[in-house]
Amino acid sequence: MHIPFLSRRIATADPRRQDFFLGLRDGFPIALGYVPVSFAFGLLAVRGGLPPWIATLISLTNLTSAGQFAGTNLILAGASLLEITFTTFLINLRYLLMSLSLGQKLAPDLTLGQRCLMAFGITDETFAVASVERSEITFLYMLGLIVGPYLGWGTGTLLGGIVCTFLPASLQKALGITLYAMFIAIVVPPAKKSRTISIIIAVAVGVSSALTWLPGLRLLSEGWRITIATVVACLFGATFFPRKEVK
Amino acid sequence: MVRILLAVFLMALVSYLPRVLPLAFLRQKVDSPFFQSFLYYVPYAVLGAMTFPAILYATGDIGSALVGFGVALLLAFYEKGLITVALFAAFAVYLFQYFLG
Repeated sequence: MHIPFLSRRIATADPRRQDFFLGLRDGFPIALGYVPVSFAFGLLAVRGGLPPWIATLISLTNLTSAGQFAGTNLILAGASLLEITFTTFLINLRYLLMSLSLGQKLAPDLTLGQRCLMAFGITDETFAVASVERSEITFLYMLGLIVGPYLGWGTGTLLGGIVCTFLPASLQKALGITLYAMFIAIVVPPAKKSRTISIIIAVAVGVSSALTWLPGLRLLSEGWRITIATVVACLFGATFFPRKEVK
Repeated sequence: MVRILLAVFLMALVSYLPRVLPLAFLRQKVDSPFFQSFLYYVPYAVLGAMTFPAILYATGDIGSALVGFGVALLLAFYEKGLITVALFAAFAVYLFQYFLG
């Protein structure tokens, strides 16, 4: 079940093991992109007064950027547990959509345990890569895909927490762009091939820009901006460009 | 400290639940073409919404971010790999900030 122009096959005897390594390969750039972001998270959390191990624990149990940044900020600000939980939940609501979308592409033979384990590794990036690169998602592919980013996210946080201010600011700033550059590398090739996908992306970008810059709407958190822009763009796409026959 | 650990636990819980509920309990495939199309477009919309305009504020100044953005768009257009695009964009930002920042 490979998309021919996107997947380079790795020659191994066992096709199931091959899936794991394909996942590892696809996850590597995500892991690399996560290090500077989680590094910054570790830095901010420890600067704010949390010990490095708590910062790392947050990364290893939450595995989400916007949600844990917001939650940690609220912890540092001394907010109530209810406020912390509710805000984090709102920001993470978008995972409902991703999990739902990914569920449509799962290989049919997955057990409940496998599904529960895979679900933990759904992030904006692993979701995007898995759903764009694969037409059917197997357990071993997803496992391979998750391992690198998970370790990258945890390691980056720990390093950021320990090193705190060691990295020169200029380098930190330059690395801030890597994650977004990666997103661009993911969406541009399919957008080149499909006018519809280009339009969907344009709508999403337009809405998220409007929510960022228009007066009054600026108060929305980043998680809400992404959620609203996604829903609007996908409703638009499903209404005006319904796909004829989706397997 | 107990309070902080409790907060971390609750955050982990509300990060996991939206991920696991649909994947674990919605076994049947969705038939509606509308909903299928909606879900098909989700990854592209999410990536678009996450990237822009957030990328403009990712490097501390909009000028260098625009340069990195442009480099990433150009390399992505020629279908270079993810790592290549990411590192060259970061390098362009670094050079811009070093010489002009």
